[in-house]
Amino acid sequence: MKHTLAILVENKPGVLTRVAGLFSRRGFNIESLAVGVTENLDTSRITIVVTGDDNILEQVEKQLNKLIDVIRVSDIPPDESVNRELALIKVGVDSTTRAEVMQIVDIFRAKIVDVGIKSLVIEVTGDESKINAIEQLLRQFGIREMVRTGKIAMNRGAKVVQSEKR
Amino acid sequence: MTKPKMSGARAVIESLYCENVEVIFGYPGGTVLPLYDELYDANIRHILVRHEQAAAHAADGYARATGKAGVCLATSGPGATNLVTGIATAYMDSVPMIAITGQVPRPLIGFDAFQEANITGITLPITKHNYLVQDAKDIPTIFKEAFYIAQTGRQGPVLIDIPKDTQIETIEFEYPAEVKLRGYKPTYTGNEQQIKKAASLIVKAEKPIFYVGGGIIFSNATEELRTLAETVMAPVTTTLMGMSAFPTAHPLSVGMLGMHGTRFANYAIQESDLIIAVGVRFDDRVTGKISAFAPNAKIIHMDIDPAEISKNVRVDIPIVGDAKNVLKSLIKYVKIEQAKTDAWIKKINAWKKEYPLTYKKDNLLRPQYVVEQISEICPDAIIVTEVGQNQMWAAQFFNYKNPRTFISSGGLGTMGYGFPAAIGAKVGKPECTVIDISGDGSFQMNSQELATVVQNDIPVIVAILNNGFLGMVRQWQELFFNRRYSATCLKNSVDFVKLAEAYGALGLRATRKSEVKDVIEEAVRSECPTVIDFVVEREENVAPMVPAGAAINEILDLE
Repeated sequence: MKHTLAILVENKPGVLTRVAGLFSRRGFNIESLAVGVTENLDTSRITIVVTGDDNILEQVEKQLNKLIDVIRVSDIPPDESVNRELALIKVGVDSTTRAEVMQIVDIFRAKIVDVGIKSLVIEVTGDESKINAIEQLLRQFGIREMVRTGKIAMNRGAKVVQSEKR
Repeated sequence: MTKPKMSGARAVIESLYCENVEVIFGYPGGTVLPLYDELYDANIRHILVRHEQAAAHAADGYARATGKAGVCLATSGPGATNLVTGIATAYMDSVPMIAITGQVPRPLIGFDAFQEANITGITLPITKHNYLVQDAKDIPTIFKEAFYIAQTGRQGPVLIDIPKDTQIETIEFEYPAEVKLRGYKPTYTGNEQQIKKAASLIVKAEKPIFYVGGGIIFSNATEELRTLAETVMAPVTTTLMGMSAFPTAHPLSVGMLGMHGTRFANYAIQESDLIIAVGVRFDDRVTGKISAFAPNAKIIHMDIDPAEISKNVRVDIPIVGDAKNVLKSLIKYVKIEQAKTDAWIKKINAWKKEYPLTYKKDNLLRPQYVVEQISEICPDAIIVTEVGQNQMWAAQFFNYKNPRTFISSGGLGTMGYGFPAAIGAKVGKPECTVIDISGDGSFQMNSQELATVVQNDIPVIVAILNNGFLGMVRQWQELFFNRRYSATCLKNSVDFVKLAEAYGALGLRATRKSEVKDVIEEAVRSECPTVIDFVVEREENVAPMVPAGAAINEILDLE
């Protein structure tokens, strides 16, 4: 079972190492990871996708909470939240395939952010399955390079992940 | 009011004053020269060890004996890495400690400078928290936070890495009155509803047992434990870390449980209908085969660290809080008019009679006899141990009365811990007799500290149970590897009496039972650092023994 954790941490050097180190040393597997500063400049938010049963998840949360620099850990349930990833995909094209690729980009409401004679760079955002789907379709044209951010997530509605612990 | 201006190094000393630090165990070097210059006329005792590992263990022993954070100090690079085993030892056993290390100057960090090691990176998994001083003006805040973190919640070691240039820089000193840590708020008071539920289970239980550990000692909850145990009339078993939390001679005591626990403690756990676990973590050396552990028991687990709850076993009633607080409120709710445990206590007493903790009482000098004699002659001593057979015999055959009188590396199992930890304990409790019950193997891992005890006049007694073997490993080889004693024989490797004398300590030896009492009395009388070489039976085994991975009532017949 996949879980998405939003971890609010002190915006200090070395905090990511503490969090990531905890995962590796306790044998928890990180599927994806994204880090950025929040609305408060002294607080960063790490979004981690972790696989495991409820026991593992409970241990992950408790161990994370033991880190002094971790302010709050929240499990973001997938059906009550907005989940997004961003990918940049460089596809090889020529005059015969360019139009078809552009059509696919249109259908996925993605963007072409760079055009070359032999390549296009496509920017696409969405949840994991959408990005997987466009990747599948673009594969036939030859994906030269692809880079994906980790997932970020936010609760729907008024519920927020605040920096007060507990 | 203007804040006083001073160097970073001076600010460290002032911070230590603010924390009432009376002693530091350390070893100088290049990157801590400014700090040592300030220490030269500071009002803090500095004990110069002979290896930084000993500084860490001594700070640890000091902390366990006194309850105050121990402080150790080392230079960058090798000095810092030599602290690592001691820090890991303290971390595994939740001991409050501040480790201060020098670091190369900030402009050189990351360039593989001379004696540079990334000690905050290295100690990340073995410290409760650590700091690299990036700016000298942060020194007071960092020290305030470090001491707070080390000594609150589940206690543990905190390391502060101080680049040499920040020690020289001038800052305005102001020690903060309180800490502001958004991510650190330990829970001290147990949830009232959970405590009530626990009380109702306790009142109903017919075969309850207390299973208690280091948490009792760290939160000074021995009195509360005793009151509750006597109210419920339930037996009390302790982990290795919990030795001395409950008096060995108390009629409700069943001694230690687990791999080398008493038969009656293990039988009682397995047959109990309720386990009241306080300040313990269901370690594998305690539970044995986890699926077969206490099959009929409900479990109440009280611990200050929420991450310990349901980590190894599923518990029925978890209570997060400080043991002393939780036991206090539990005592309020546990109202018993007529104890239901008569039959249970009778059964346990029958087991006690049938399977006593014993050994062969013949004319040979057996290690257990030495521990019993120490117990008789020095009943109020602080016992520190090394790791291995000596540690188990010290736990089994000494009659503990008061908390903090048994000091041992439980979680990490660090050989070489005992002697330097005994130094720390003696420095913290100079009025107590401090005895390191040692093995010939463990002692040789830090015997260089004889120079420290002689130079600083720290009269600890090292009682070596010398069997010429790495005894515990040999025991496993005997039982599980067909007596193939691979690399465990140490016979005739050293003359411990001459070794002691070479350092200027007193060296004594006993080779016969009849000599044991005399040498112990002589050591105590001498009031100087003493090594006693007890030449004991070579192939004595620690019994009882549950093989690793077996249920704790599947006890090998070694007697």
